[in-house]
Amino acid sequence: MATTVHEPPKIEQQIERQRDRSRPVSDSGNGGWRNLVPPDGELRLVREYAPPPASTGIWVALAAIGMSFAALTSALVVRKGGSLDWQHFTLPSILYLNTLVLLVSSVTLEISRRRVATFMGGLRSGVASPARWLYITLSLGLLFVAGQYLAWRQLSAQGLYLATNPSSSFFYVFTAAHALHVLGGLGGLVRVIRKLNTFVLRRSTLDATSRYWHFMDVLWIYLLLLLWAKL
Amino acid sequence: MTPEYYLQLMTMHATIMVFFVLTTAPFAGFGNYFLPIQVGAEDMPFPRFNMMSFWVTFVGFLVLVASFFVSDGPTLGGWTQYAPLSAVGAVGGPGEGTGVVLWAASIAIFCVGQLLGSLNFITTTLDMRTRGMSLWRLPLSAWAWFITSCMGLTAFAVLMPGCILLILDHVAGTSFFVPSNLVINDQLQPHSGGSTLLWQHLFWFFGHPEVYIAIVPGMGIVSHVLITNMRKPMLSHRVLVYSMAALAVLSYMVYGHHMFVSGMNPVSSLAFSFPTLIITIPSTIIVLIWLGSLYGSKLRINTASLFALGFISMFISGGVSGFFLAQPSLDIMLHATYFVVGHFHMVMGVAAMFGIFAGTYFWFPKMFGRMMNETLGKFHFWLSFVGTYAIFMPFHYLGMAGNVRRYQAFAPDYMQPLVPLHRFITVAALLTGASQLIFVYNLIHSRFWGEPATDNPWQGTSLEWSTPTTPPPHNNFGDKLPEVYHDPYQYGVESSAGDYVMQVSPERVKTVSEEA
Repeated sequence: MATTVHEPPKIEQQIERQRDRSRPVSDSGNGGWRNLVPPDGELRLVREYAPPPASTGIWVALAAIGMSFAALTSALVVRKGGSLDWQHFTLPSILYLNTLVLLVSSVTLEISRRRVATFMGGLRSGVASPARWLYITLSLGLLFVAGQYLAWRQLSAQGLYLATNPSSSFFYVFTAAHALHVLGGLGGLVRVIRKLNTFVLRRSTLDATSRYWHFMDVLWIYLLLLLWAKL
Repeated sequence: MTPEYYLQLMTMHATIMVFFVLTTAPFAGFGNYFLPIQVGAEDMPFPRFNMMSFWVTFVGFLVLVASFFVSDGPTLGGWTQYAPLSAVGAVGGPGEGTGVVLWAASIAIFCVGQLLGSLNFITTTLDMRTRGMSLWRLPLSAWAWFITSCMGLTAFAVLMPGCILLILDHVAGTSFFVPSNLVINDQLQPHSGGSTLLWQHLFWFFGHPEVYIAIVPGMGIVSHVLITNMRKPMLSHRVLVYSMAALAVLSYMVYGHHMFVSGMNPVSSLAFSFPTLIITIPSTIIVLIWLGSLYGSKLRINTASLFALGFISMFISGGVSGFFLAQPSLDIMLHATYFVVGHFHMVMGVAAMFGIFAGTYFWFPKMFGRMMNETLGKFHFWLSFVGTYAIFMPFHYLGMAGNVRRYQAFAPDYMQPLVPLHRFITVAALLTGASQLIFVYNLIHSRFWGEPATDNPWQGTSLEWSTPTTPPPHNNFGDKLPEVYHDPYQYGVESSAGDYVMQVSPERVKTVSEEA
């Protein structure tokens, strides 16, 4: 029989120390939501602690965003179903390139998320700052928005404006709404980078931001399929 | 008064009341204050979003009020803003110009505020509960706010894109809601092919959950107030919660009953009529639980419990007329008459207001550390109660007599015999309105000169009554968050405190089983 005694993870101490840093909170069950990722701390311990509200909050926010796009989708279906003035047009080809850019940005964000984990997990000395990958993600995101702008330019060069036809109206509404949400995600990334540079990045902040970013990805693919099938 | 000005005032009355009073006061108003306390948290998880939700709502209100100061005044389209007249611009008539854009912008901004608020409410309820506070230990008011925030999250997320499409039709010349060959004032409109029903679908998909967003927090507050004053729990805590949740879910499936006469497919009318009748089941269950719990209880009569009883009375009286309106065949006759006006003013308007009043009288001591004057409160209740019945009961009769709503004058001959009744209603409305001054006076006077309140004036059990000070400190519980040991509403037990045991009391008592 092996008699090795495993030390239980020292979660309690960890929490106590964090409390000292902020104001005393008492021993509430959810007091641990202030889980700053410590520069030398072990992430596993933090992760095992109570889920921080940001991870719930982001799902709630994504549900609302999903609902908005569902409403717009139903508007498209109803508007197209009952009209005789719907003109089909081919999507600008640059959209497919943009899709690729957005997909790659999700991959780079995942890479940076892993790097952050190692970086913040106490191995900092040996690893370069993961901010580089976040910057790459940020640039790809900006590139995507710029690409969408180019797509609008292509369409307007063909004489398709917002009010030209319901199909182009919906194209502009959908892509603009999505681009605005992507810009929001870019704001989140900037916030993550700033917090990373000052070592106050919460793991939950990074997780919530990347969940949002991946959701934008999935949402875009859905929109692309919808627009491709319906316009 | 021109007919246009009458309609503008009516539209602003409806918009301000539905959005900026009935949606915000019972939900965001009381909820922001008491939900974190009732779950045992020091604050909501995203305080900045919370602050933003208030200021965004305030900006939305300013945008709405600003429409009084544009050249052709605020919109006159009613709170539903039906397309196409709301979507074609100034050519649609006076008040359909900039007023509509400001209205739609205001509502879109309001939606943002509500979404941020709902996000906070949901996360607070799920994540910020203190040790020992399981979901079933939440008081009914906290449950009601949680369910309302779930509805708000999905409903306002649909209204916002709708408003944006309306603005685009208005200012960018798109044709989402404006049909082809529309001629207004001998002018052929440049739009083509839009669907006027599309706006109605988007609006009412929000609009029907909206009425439950207004009433469900009231149900929670009223249950909370009643239980404390009955000194016993509801017949079934869980069934009440499940029924409120059922209302929330069903509220999305019934919205088409607002569109029975819109030219929608009659089969759809039938499809929407069925869930509309079904939704009366959870409503009835809730009412029966209230009445069954009240039966044989020694209810403490104070202003808060009187308003809670008034809420139930209004909800029943207004709800019964809903059965008539749920039938497509009857609705053809009753639609757009005073019958509908009477129905929703009682079941949703006045009932929700009574919920707000019950909450105010009940929580005022906690919020300001002073008691409200009971005598004045009871005067306020009886005048409001009798007054609102005097106003809104005749509305049902007017509606059956064919009195259409949204008319500035009663010109047709058949309406002439109804004018004396309108006079009576006007007098009743003025008196009821004036009696609200008693409330305002009571509020201000009690705030400064009221009797000092103790920490727990109503001998309640939930966490708001165990804050270290009254009013609670900025972080609700001071340095130590409470720990919860009991279900809410442990009344009628023998403990050291008397006939109740507080949720934070570690005392072991023989507790009443809720589901017994």
